[in-house]
Amino acid sequence: MSGVHISTTVNGDSVEFVCHPSESLLDVLRNRIGLIGAKEGCSTGDCGACSITLDGRLVCSCLVLGAEVEGRDITTVEGMADGEKLHPLQINFLKHAALQCGICTPGFLVAAKALLDRNPSPTEEQIRFALAGNLCRCTGYDKIVRAVQATAKEIAKTTKKKR
Amino acid sequence: MRYAAPLTTKEAVSLLANAKGKAFVLAGGTDLLVRMRGDYIEPDLLVDIKRITATQDIKKSANGFRIGASVPCAALNENAGLVKAWPGVVEAANLIGSDQIQSRCTMVGNLCNASPAADTIPAMVAAQASAVIVGPAGRRTLAVEKVVIGPGKTSLKKGELIEAITLPKRPAKSGDAYLRFIPRTEMDIAVCSAGVNLTLDAQGVVKAARVALGAVAPTVVLVPDAAKAIVGTKLDSAALERLAKACEAACAPIDDKRGTVEFRTEVAGVLARRAAKIAYERAGGK
Repeated sequence: MSGVHISTTVNGDSVEFVCHPSESLLDVLRNRIGLIGAKEGCSTGDCGACSITLDGRLVCSCLVLGAEVEGRDITTVEGMADGEKLHPLQINFLKHAALQCGICTPGFLVAAKALLDRNPSPTEEQIRFALAGNLCRCTGYDKIVRAVQATAKEIAKTTKKKR
Repeated sequence: MRYAAPLTTKEAVSLLANAKGKAFVLAGGTDLLVRMRGDYIEPDLLVDIKRITATQDIKKSANGFRIGASVPCAALNENAGLVKAWPGVVEAANLIGSDQIQSRCTMVGNLCNASPAADTIPAMVAAQASAVIVGPAGRRTLAVEKVVIGPGKTSLKKGELIEAITLPKRPAKSGDAYLRFIPRTEMDIAVCSAGVNLTLDAQGVVKAARVALGAVAPTVVLVPDAAKAIVGTKLDSAALERLAKACEAACAPIDDKRGTVEFRTEVAGVLARRAAKIAYERAGGK
């Protein structure tokens, strides 16, 4: 194989790797960088289990090539917690039992964070639309939506306090 | 397989023109990479056009808008000027896939994938959009309706790529709209669809119209008879009825589990009627 050498940023850290030209970013993250938070569900961009952000935009890492990310800025679910301190979304997913088997959870967390970063107080409909690219076969979605709503409420409270 | 990310269109064209074996252009990859994973295609070369400056942004000029080939559909909605001028084109582009897909998919990719059910194509055809094509022989501009020649087939020649889509300058009192039918609320492929683009005179009479239908023929169809049916009217019910009938007459759809011939034909007329009403309102008609 003729490898492609890539330098990029993942969760704020500089990362270098060599990958096959047809290798997905998901495979690179999991098999070469050791970040196994993003999961492989469908490999065709339907299930969202591999969701990450690329230059601030939410994408399915299965539909990105590792070769494409030279000089880009990537964040994964591993970048959400601040050391041992979980992100409010992660805490609320636990509190509201918004996961059962857990394979979709990293994707939902990353997608929900992308939504709240863009729109800190979404309506239920906006939440459901924004998470439509993430499939969950366990929870029936309601608990996930409630966890995101609870997080949005907390954000609203803290921004009010700051004012 | 080789991967190349050239910095200029010229370089990309030269890579595509000189490629031995199968070469494909990569922009958002939401169709291409899926086809690769499914072993439907086995490229020898991928030419990633996202590093080419000329493909990267949305520009407004005296002649209208120019949307680069690697601009993701999500970015269209973030451009207030574009949304104001061409709401129908933007709503069509934003109907494609989830947020994850929106971050990557492009209008040019949707065009070159050449699906009869592509959402952006009827809206672009109604908008009289053109493709800026660059190839070994130079640069040419082609009306969007002439790019797709059959399901999955384009008229692009070896070595050619689409650098951008242009939308013409908008006269006053203009509006466009796109509607599709899907059996659920989102994340689906059009069973049939309609794009309508109107310009009104000062009295609110339709002065110019373009009507295009999707998923009712091997390619998206421009329906001049449907436009004729509403030009000179204020979209009274008789005009809308003629519009729907002209659309039905232009349909030659497939028959499958997602929609029968009869269903697609009738709904195409209904959608065109509804899209025309929305476009009329957006153009300032009352």
